[in-house]
Amino acid sequence: MSILIDKHTRVMTQGITGKTGQFHTKTGKLYANGANCYVAGVNPRKPGESYEGIPIFATVKEAKEQTGATVSVIYVPPPFAAAAIDEAVEADLDLVICITEGIPVRDMVQTKYKMLGKRARLIGPNCPGVITPDEIKIGIMPGHIHKKGPIGVVSRSGTLTYEAVGQLMALGIGQSSCVGIGGDPVNGLKHIDVLKLFNDDPQTEAVIMVGEIGGDDEETAARWVKAHMKKPVVGFIAGVTAPPGKRMGHAGAIISGGKGTADEKLSVMEACGIRTTRNPAEMGKLLKSVWKK
Amino acid sequence: MKIHEYQAKEILRKYGVATPRSVPCFSADEAVAAARTLGGKVWVVKAQIHAGGRGKGGGVKVAKSIDEVGTLSKQILGMQLKTHQTGPEGQKVRRLLIEEGADIKKELYVGLVVDRGTQRVCLMASSEGGMDIEEVAAHTPDKIHKVFVDPGTGLRDAEADEAARQMGVPESAVAQARVCLQGLYKAFVETDSSLAEINPLILTGDGRVVALDAKINIDDNALFRHPDLAALRDLDEEDPAEVEASKFDLNYIQLEGNIGCLVNGAGLAMATMDAIKLYGGRPANFLDVGGSATAEKVTEAFKIMLRNPELKAILVNIFGGIMKCDTIAEGVVAASRAVSLKVPLVVRMKGTNEDLGKKILADSGLPIITADNMAQAAERVVASVKGGKAGAAKPKTAAVKAQPKAKPKAKTKPKTGAKAKKARPAAKAAGKKSMPKTKSRKPAVKARPGKKRPARKAAKRKAK
Repeated sequence: MSILIDKHTRVMTQGITGKTGQFHTKTGKLYANGANCYVAGVNPRKPGESYEGIPIFATVKEAKEQTGATVSVIYVPPPFAAAAIDEAVEADLDLVICITEGIPVRDMVQTKYKMLGKRARLIGPNCPGVITPDEIKIGIMPGHIHKKGPIGVVSRSGTLTYEAVGQLMALGIGQSSCVGIGGDPVNGLKHIDVLKLFNDDPQTEAVIMVGEIGGDDEETAARWVKAHMKKPVVGFIAGVTAPPGKRMGHAGAIISGGKGTADEKLSVMEACGIRTTRNPAEMGKLLKSVWKK
Repeated sequence: MKIHEYQAKEILRKYGVATPRSVPCFSADEAVAAARTLGGKVWVVKAQIHAGGRGKGGGVKVAKSIDEVGTLSKQILGMQLKTHQTGPEGQKVRRLLIEEGADIKKELYVGLVVDRGTQRVCLMASSEGGMDIEEVAAHTPDKIHKVFVDPGTGLRDAEADEAARQMGVPESAVAQARVCLQGLYKAFVETDSSLAEINPLILTGDGRVVALDAKINIDDNALFRHPDLAALRDLDEEDPAEVEASKFDLNYIQLEGNIGCLVNGAGLAMATMDAIKLYGGRPANFLDVGGSATAEKVTEAFKIMLRNPELKAILVNIFGGIMKCDTIAEGVVAASRAVSLKVPLVVRMKGTNEDLGKKILADSGLPIITADNMAQAAERVVASVKGGKAGAAKPKTAAVKAQPKAKPKAKTKPKTGAKAKKARPAAKAAGKKSMPKTKSRKPAVKARPGKKRPARKAAKRKAK
């Protein structure tokens, strides 16, 4: 088991004809069961063509009907990415993973509004994607650093997710699924949503939750963990040293109005029973210490 | 992207928000002429810098004669205006706004931001205007009335009216306040703002609602569809090192420490800074090279870090995914040679082609200190600065915990422009010679209203 995606998932790439879309569709296809998983591409101007044997359709709806794909990954450039999400949501897909970085916040506010009452879940934007090791990889993460196992990883940051995975691997511990939820303020699934999924997943035995400064998503998730989570969760928050008022790379990583500091998040998480570390090099070690096996 | 008060007011006027009449000026002569054109008996001379708290810092003065407008303008223009948002060195005043005097009966507050929790635009309205709204939010949160605006309908009449009443606007002026609030919301949405604030919004003696100040920040990601707004960018108001970095698509923020960091990914970059602090060092910057670092990009990143006279060592921390470690290693070696690097360099690489990367570093013959993990890297770079042996630094969890909590008023932005011109011998402790001199490149273009200038994105594209 795993969360969100597994070897039976059928996925389409929106933006399959762009350089980034092509590169990551190809690496996704080469990873584990990828050859069976990547079944369609979408480009309104190139229907009937194909890439690496993957047929290209004019619309998401058509791609879904023709191939049975229920998940989409988006590599469309920022000005058009929100519309691409809208199209996937309209087509009633199960899951939409938007990798694109730099989508205007206004577009995402509208897109989230249009998603109300719809079936689709959204991951991202501005995220590395989701991987269920040894089964399927959807996104830009390096597949080879992962292996199947019992630990769930959820993070707002890309390379910091890889760092957590790298530390687990150094200890010989594999992962159930790793989810990068992205660094934008208006996005799809939050920490709390992914933790709920890990809680219900029989394969997942413990979770590493990686957060960063800005907003209060980590605090919200921590309170839920205290009340409902049956599995140990450990956490790290990046940005203890970040000055207020400065956007640290991610649009969502900013301390404003004295809110969203790492210290505040860490203390709420600790109070909710989540063991935390201030040392980014010890996420794996900390996980091992609470996950008894 | 931040814009000036006078630019924000020009935008708001287009959306029906009432403001006092005013004229932006660049010299005392222009200011005097502006005061004559505006007429009246009282004028306000307002420094135009991007930071808030200008009044308290002495950047906003009332003049009661045309002569006084001239005197005050001479005083304020060119001054280093220090406010709680500028840092200790202050910000040089290059522009003024000459505004007609206003009859203030009451000061209110209204602001718009995108709320992460509801994922909607939030309108905040308060009767407590004129002061630091963060203070109001912290001590008397019930005095801030919030409306989470439905993106489908926009700010409804009833919501605007209720917000106006909550602010203490009398019934006779509610209709006018509605125009103002709905205009502000429309401006926020249509200009892709990330923040729009009127503080204070005033009630005048004759019962009108007027925006006495205005602050608008534009979402950088949306500038591609607003060339007119992108042209308002004022490079004089930005850290020159950060401007330089943005040309190379590098995300750089200067901090107060002495250990430079070059990292791929924003989260890992923050974590690397945290690790340095944890091992007793102080990060000199945040620097995310992004996902496609080339040798050229790494070289530019090194140059930008080396402009900081405080810099004593560099830590490169890369988790190679799509970006391969060998590519980065080649970049690091080329960059070290290109800038004749004199400060200690610690490199930690993990991920794709890790071994190839390490071999390139080893074969280079350069005195590069390598590390196997982030903790070791932080430890070694801190030790190199202290001149001690690797292993001397220990994580200082207690020390970190004892740090005073960061306050919004903290000095966050040391200006480097003038200081960076002279690189001082930084590596003394390590017995090295002085660092290579790096010229401080000031942005050449000076912004003036009406003068077109390439947008940030356009500049980036050019650089590529």
